[in-house]
Amino acid sequence: MAMQGIMGLLRNAMPAASAKHTVLGVFSDAESAATAGDELKSAGIPDTDYDFLTDSPYPEGSLGERDEPHRLYLYPFIGALLGLSSGIMITAMTQVAYPLVTGGKPVLSLPPMAIVCYEGTMLGAILFTVIGIVFESRLPKFDLGLYDNRITQGFLGLRVKAEPEQSREVVQIMNAAGAVDVKTDQ
Amino acid sequence: MQEGKALPAAQVNRDLLRSILETPRWFWPVVSLLGMVVLAAAVTIGIMVDRGLGITGLNYKVVWGFFITNFVFWIGISHAGVMLSAILRLAKAEWRRPATRAAEVLTIFSLMTAMIMPIIHTGRPWRILYWAFPYDFARGVWPNIRTPLVWDPSAILTYLTSSTLFVLIALVPDFAVLRDRTTGWPKIVYTMLAMGWEGNPRQWKLQIIAGVLLSALILPVFVSVHSIVSWDFGMAVAIKSWHSTVFAPYFVVGAVHSGVSAVVFAMILLRWAYGWQDYIRHEHIDALGRLLIVVATGWFYFLVMEIIFGIYGLEGDELAVRALQFLPGDHGVAYNIWMIVFVGITYFLPVILWLPKAWRRNLWIMSAACISVNVGMWLERYLLFVPGQANKQFQTFTWNDYLPQWPEALIVGATFAFVSMLMLLFSRVFPLVPLYDIKEGDILKTEMQIGRRTVPATFRED
Repeated sequence: MAMQGIMGLLRNAMPAASAKHTVLGVFSDAESAATAGDELKSAGIPDTDYDFLTDSPYPEGSLGERDEPHRLYLYPFIGALLGLSSGIMITAMTQVAYPLVTGGKPVLSLPPMAIVCYEGTMLGAILFTVIGIVFESRLPKFDLGLYDNRITQGFLGLRVKAEPEQSREVVQIMNAAGAVDVKTDQ
Repeated sequence: MQEGKALPAAQVNRDLLRSILETPRWFWPVVSLLGMVVLAAAVTIGIMVDRGLGITGLNYKVVWGFFITNFVFWIGISHAGVMLSAILRLAKAEWRRPATRAAEVLTIFSLMTAMIMPIIHTGRPWRILYWAFPYDFARGVWPNIRTPLVWDPSAILTYLTSSTLFVLIALVPDFAVLRDRTTGWPKIVYTMLAMGWEGNPRQWKLQIIAGVLLSALILPVFVSVHSIVSWDFGMAVAIKSWHSTVFAPYFVVGAVHSGVSAVVFAMILLRWAYGWQDYIRHEHIDALGRLLIVVATGWFYFLVMEIIFGIYGLEGDELAVRALQFLPGDHGVAYNIWMIVFVGITYFLPVILWLPKAWRRNLWIMSAACISVNVGMWLERYLLFVPGQANKQFQTFTWNDYLPQWPEALIVGATFAFVSMLMLLFSRVFPLVPLYDIKEGDILKTEMQIGRRTVPATFRED
């Protein structure tokens, strides 16, 4: 199971060895890019096979992109549980290992334990949230694939994975929608 | 509240990456100067470790002086980051955009500086390791978790780790911009830091959720940190004037007061140094000025309450400390004069300067007000901690004053140089204004026709 999980992560990180061609259209405005996306959908290309690349977040759905489910909200809970457990362990074990009986009270003093456990819980939650953000964003990605530096200069990219026989049609759709440049990996 | 015009992404990159892609002529001389001050302080710390704390003004009665005052001061400054970034992000305040990163980075460097102070204050810094961490396996000596001096490192380390990760996650898209704009070894470094970021909708969606989620998680940590710092004092029941029950909220609000003021001053300096007039605009400083009036008044309320609670119990030795703080006497240091100065420059002077809109938009006046707040807040901590210790205690007849010596003054002064140097070095390699946040704001900007007027507006996604 663990091996399968690691292989899955590696598959996400490494570019998939696919027979499909990649086409990247570079657009100067969101409207043209969204139109190209709509046309690709009409041409029968599934929306999982293309991605919009931008240099800033656009309001959800403004490019006609697919909805992306994620499991980020699970991560903080797992981290918080682990952090709380670590906090309880550290505070309880240090007190038991060096017992200081004060005024006949129990060795485990709960109010100070609560403070350290609280910090441990929050630290765990935050650490796991960050790990979750990285993994759910499918990062790190060691090979960018077909890309254009103009994307971080305000242009929008539309990257499509298409069957070899469809790639010519994809290029035509991009050009018709107003792409300023179209690149292919072939 | 929408005074700037939307700028093309290429110009945003050019303007905000100028500090990284070009080196201003003043940069290295200023950094070297600050570095020399830091070096002098490092040598002084070495001398202090070698000769002992006897070279400071600390004595039998006053054991917490300049160093601990400075520790609390920098912890306070560190609260600006979360205050601005997290609260304003959750509140979707549009004007937060240019301020968040500088505030978060100031948080990190202030926390690092704050952490140095108690470490060197111990005189034997290496011993911290087994006072604060469960480390000494061989001798079976473990930290006493019942003391706030153990809660403190746990809170500060949590806050420092969280703030650093918060900044790093938000930097990833900007690393990608730098990856695409640089060549040679900087490109290799930025490529690794960008981790293959390409800016697809999934990544952006998670980046936005991350901002909100991490803000919500860090906010309680932010409140806990200064509360716990206040308990370093509040739990010390032997020292009168320290164990007021309002200390936790009083410290938190005070921290926000000094922290936000420091961010405003840092923003004004950055605007001037890097020519970011299109990004850090008068409207932003104006909005922060209004926020500061509210925060300052909240802080003033707690200050008054802390004094009233102290006097109301009519305990003899508590009243003696209050007399030392507020009344003229024959002791060496005129604390009462300093109290008047501190309240004047921390509340009355800055609030008067922040009230008129024209003054809030005057960067000179805003700078003066923000510096005044921070000088005052440093004094506040000093006047809170030292008189309590100097006072005659139950069953003792020792009155002892505290006069800081040159090593303390030099080290405390150098902490300001240290934070300034780190901020400058950061701005040399990473963008101090978040590029994607500014670009997102520009995408959402629009204009609305209302009657006969065209007013600037912003779309907001819920």
